[in-house]
Order: sequence, then structure tokens, then C-alpha cells
Amino acid sequence: MGKNKIIRIANAQGFWGDSILGPIRLVEEGPVDYITFDYLAEITMSIMQKQKLHRPDAGFARDFIQMLEKILPACKKKGIKIIANAGGVNLKGCLQETKKVIRELGLAGVKVGIVEGDDIMDRLDELIAGGEALDNMDSGAAISDIRGAITSANVYIGADSIVNALKEGADIVITGRASDPSLVVAPLMYEFGWTANDHDKLAAATVMGHIIECGAQCTGGNYTDWREVKDYARIGYPVCEASNDGSFVVTKHDNTGGLVTVDTVTSQLLYELGDPGCYISPDCVVDFTTINISQEGEDRVAITGVKGSKATPTYKVSISHSKGYKILGTLCVTGPDAIEKAMLLKDIVFERMAMQSVDVAEEDRFFELFGTNVLYKGMVESNQQPAEIMLRIGAKGTDPKQLDILGKELAPLVTSGPPGITGFASGRPRATEIIGYWPALISKKQIVTTHFVEEV
Amino acid sequence: MPLVKLMDIAIARSGDKGDGSNVGVKARSPEIYQYLEKNLTEEVVKNHFKDICFGQVTRYELPNLLALNFILEDSLGGGGTEALILDSQGKVHGLGLLHLEMDMPSELIEYFIGVS
Repeated sequence: MGKNKIIRIANAQGFWGDSILGPIRLVEEGPVDYITFDYLAEITMSIMQKQKLHRPDAGFARDFIQMLEKILPACKKKGIKIIANAGGVNLKGCLQETKKVIRELGLAGVKVGIVEGDDIMDRLDELIAGGEALDNMDSGAAISDIRGAITSANVYIGADSIVNALKEGADIVITGRASDPSLVVAPLMYEFGWTANDHDKLAAATVMGHIIECGAQCTGGNYTDWREVKDYARIGYPVCEASNDGSFVVTKHDNTGGLVTVDTVTSQLLYELGDPGCYISPDCVVDFTTINISQEGEDRVAITGVKGSKATPTYKVSISHSKGYKILGTLCVTGPDAIEKAMLLKDIVFERMAMQSVDVAEEDRFFELFGTNVLYKGMVESNQQPAEIMLRIGAKGTDPKQLDILGKELAPLVTSGPPGITGFASGRPRATEIIGYWPALISKKQIVTTHFVEEV
Repeated sequence: MPLVKLMDIAIARSGDKGDGSNVGVKARSPEIYQYLEKNLTEEVVKNHFKDICFGQVTRYELPNLLALNFILEDSLGGGGTEALILDSQGKVHGLGLLHLEMDMPSELIEYFIGVS
């Protein structure tokens, strides 16, 4: 291994639904060795579980397949490897579709690695009986409170099995609920031969994963001083240049839009951060107060000095459960007296629901007058006579059919309520299921992750 | 003492942590960080978010990044997956905090001018 070996790692998807331009441009516009795709947010697994119930071949990030179709030929030519937690709750289905795309593209010799072991849905009773409490780690509530309503249960797994798949030559590694930073930690462990005991290096890689896991949010996206950011339309997705000592540079490809400064990167370091002294990932525990950050050049930010410690003996588990239904609709209300009229509309809706024998309890009713500082409530002075506002009205309940009546009683207000009501073009809203999120911990001894690699 | 907007002396980013949000604030200079460390307290932030955050506010310091990290418990109306409120992920809590006005000592103004 050369002493100055640099590994370039990019993130092309910050979430399920991020722009397809990210991966397409990353492979075309500059050098990169690994592209990671982060698809999974808290409730994504549960949505995928639901899709799989309706269609056994669904339950993974189908976007990923479309992206592979666009970028695989270039990746193959340039030797770019892909690591994605796109498998959701149907790794086999995702593998089938991936193989299909490879064949359709006429490519050969592409190795696809699959990492399994995160899905513990079928093992829940056995695990609970075996002494895993799975209490809610935020509220302390007992798992028995929701046992019958659980819709998915996945462990945030670490880098180990991804590393093993890379060792077997995988060009593409697909996982289920691998933790976001582990998608980045794994290729660096593989390339530099780091082990689980290289705490500081794993911590540095975890910080790298944290910085790039939301895609362009570290290259000028969502940045306070947005006027400094050039060409948002062509914003560059992040590329990190990693060295064997754990230090790395955050940058983006030349001639792309966006901005990489100490401030844009620090903003992302702070995103969704808890106790900075104790950032827990499956691979290690990171101390964010040890990070050194400096501007190394134009659109180049160096990170050094990251300290970490040994991983904890537990994995985090993401459990989702069904928690009733909700409905939400909107109407635009114009002045004069927009606020007064919106309040009247709200009362009419719940009264007309009651006239159809649907009494929504006070605590299950919801309304918000967008345009009256609902987002900055109490923080900025509010306009008492806005010319136009949006009424957001909704309810929660156990019966979706009853809630749907709220959706049916919005359009009639345009003709049977006060004047100046509009904006009802998108049809009746329908009740949707509320998915509760239940974070818990589980002993690492209970979880075995495995991998296999298939050549297409 | 002159009043300044936090926006003029700091940048911010926010996101969700269950039914709470986090707001990270980075000072625009080391001198301003010293000032914020003393003056941007949990109480000040809790009061600014009094109509949004109904739980405890906890502050963590990251002097290495010139940053403070605030955890705002019970501030998302049930949280990302359950809430009906518009900003159920606390995406705008960061800019919201930057609307805060603070008394700034005159001797710090030169640093403030230096960075603005």
C-alpha cells in the first residue's frame, strides 16, 4: 500500500427521494472510488414493509435500480464501487432487480454483495423471551405496550459484513438497515486494513459518514448564508479524500455549484447531533469535541484529530408500530378577516363531521393557520391582518373511514361558507396510517450479520 | 449595549431527535463564541422557543468548532412520523433561533464588524 494512498468516497443520496442528478453527476464530473447511497430514515423500513405486504417483490428502494441503470456502465469502466442501504426489507428482491439491470445493460463480471442480519421482525418473540427487554430507549415504556402493533424491527448494523463483501471483490454492496456512517466506515476499513480496535480511525470515518450522509447538505445546501452559495442548481455532492491516518478532506468536484467551507461543513457536523462527547455508532463511540476543522483551500475542508473509543455492547434497534390514523387537508383563505374566517371554517368542519355522527375529541383535532407565524411562533412579530393564509386542518383517530369525512367536508366550504376561500384543486385528502417509531437497544451477541457475493 | 440579531453573529442548523429537535449554533469568530458561551444559555433559548418547545432545553459546548448544540425536548408536536404540524422535523428551528436579538457589549462590535 502506497503511503500517500487517497481513497475518495462520495455520497450520492441523502435520503429516499433525493435527486437522481447526484449519482449521475458524481460518476461523470470527477474522480471517485466509492459512492454511497443512504436511503433509510426512521420510518422508511416500515413503509417498505407495508409495500412488501401488498406486493411480495417490493419492499426496497426501487429508485436505486433506476440509478444503477444510469450509472453502472460508467462505474464499471472507471472501477467505482457502490455501497447502498437500498435493500430495505427485501434484500433478495433488490438483488434480483440489480442482476436484471446488469444483464440488460450487457455488462459482465459485476459482483454484487448482499449483507443480511438486520431484520429481526421474525425473531422478536424469541428475543424478548430470551431476556432482551427492547424497552423504548427514549421514554422507558415496555415493549409489551406495542407488541401486537409492530410492523417492522431492524437493527442498525455496522461495517463488518460490508467489509467482508468488499474483501470478496464485491463491486456493489447492498444492505438493509446498515447505519448511515457504516456505509463509509466499511470501505475505509477495507482499503486501509483498519480493524475494530483502530478506534480513532473508525471515529474519523464515522465523522466523515456523518458529514456526507445528507448529500449536498454539507456543500452549501440548507446553509444560513445562502447568498454565498454559487449555482444551487448544479450543487456538487460531497466527495471526501481519506488518508490512512484517519484525516480527510471534504470537497466536491471542480466546476460544480455549491460551497465547501468550515461553516458549511460545521453546519452539517451539528445536524441531528445529541451529546457531542458521546456519538454512538455500531462501529465506535466518537467524541465530536476532538474534531479539528480547517480550510485547506477553495472548497476544501480538512478534518483531523478525531478521537473515538470502543463500540458499545449494544446495537440500536428501529421498531415501527401502527398507531392509528391521521388526516390532513388545506384550504386557502383570503382577507379581509382571513384569520377570523379560517377559525370559522375549522369549527364548521368539525360540526359537519358531528352531524354525520363523527365526534372528534378535542385532543384529536388539529388546525394551523399558515401565514400567521406557525413556524416561528413567538419568535417574530406576527401580522394580525394577513391578506392570505392557509388553513391546515386535520384529525387523528382509529377509524380511517370516519376521518375521511373531514376530507370530504373541505371542498363544500368554498360554496357553503364565508367568501374568499380557494385552493382546493388537488382532490380530497384521505386518512393515512400513523407509524410510531420505537427506538430500543439489543445486545450485540444476539445479532449475527452475514454476507454473500454473486457474480453476474 | 447595542442589540444584535443572533443571525449576524452566528449560523445555525437544526434537525429532529425523536419528539425533540436539536439546534446547532456556530459563532462567526472565537470572540463571539466566548460571548455566546456566556450569554446564549439554556434559559434564553427555552424562552425564545416558549411557544414551540414544551420540554427541557439542554446545551452542549463544542469549543473546537466554536459551536453550541441545544436539545429541545417536546418541540415537534409528536415527532416526524406522527405529528400533523408543518415542521414536524424541526427543519426551521435553526433559523428560528437566529431571529433572537441579544445585547452585545460595544467592545465586541469590532469583531462583529470584522466578520460581517
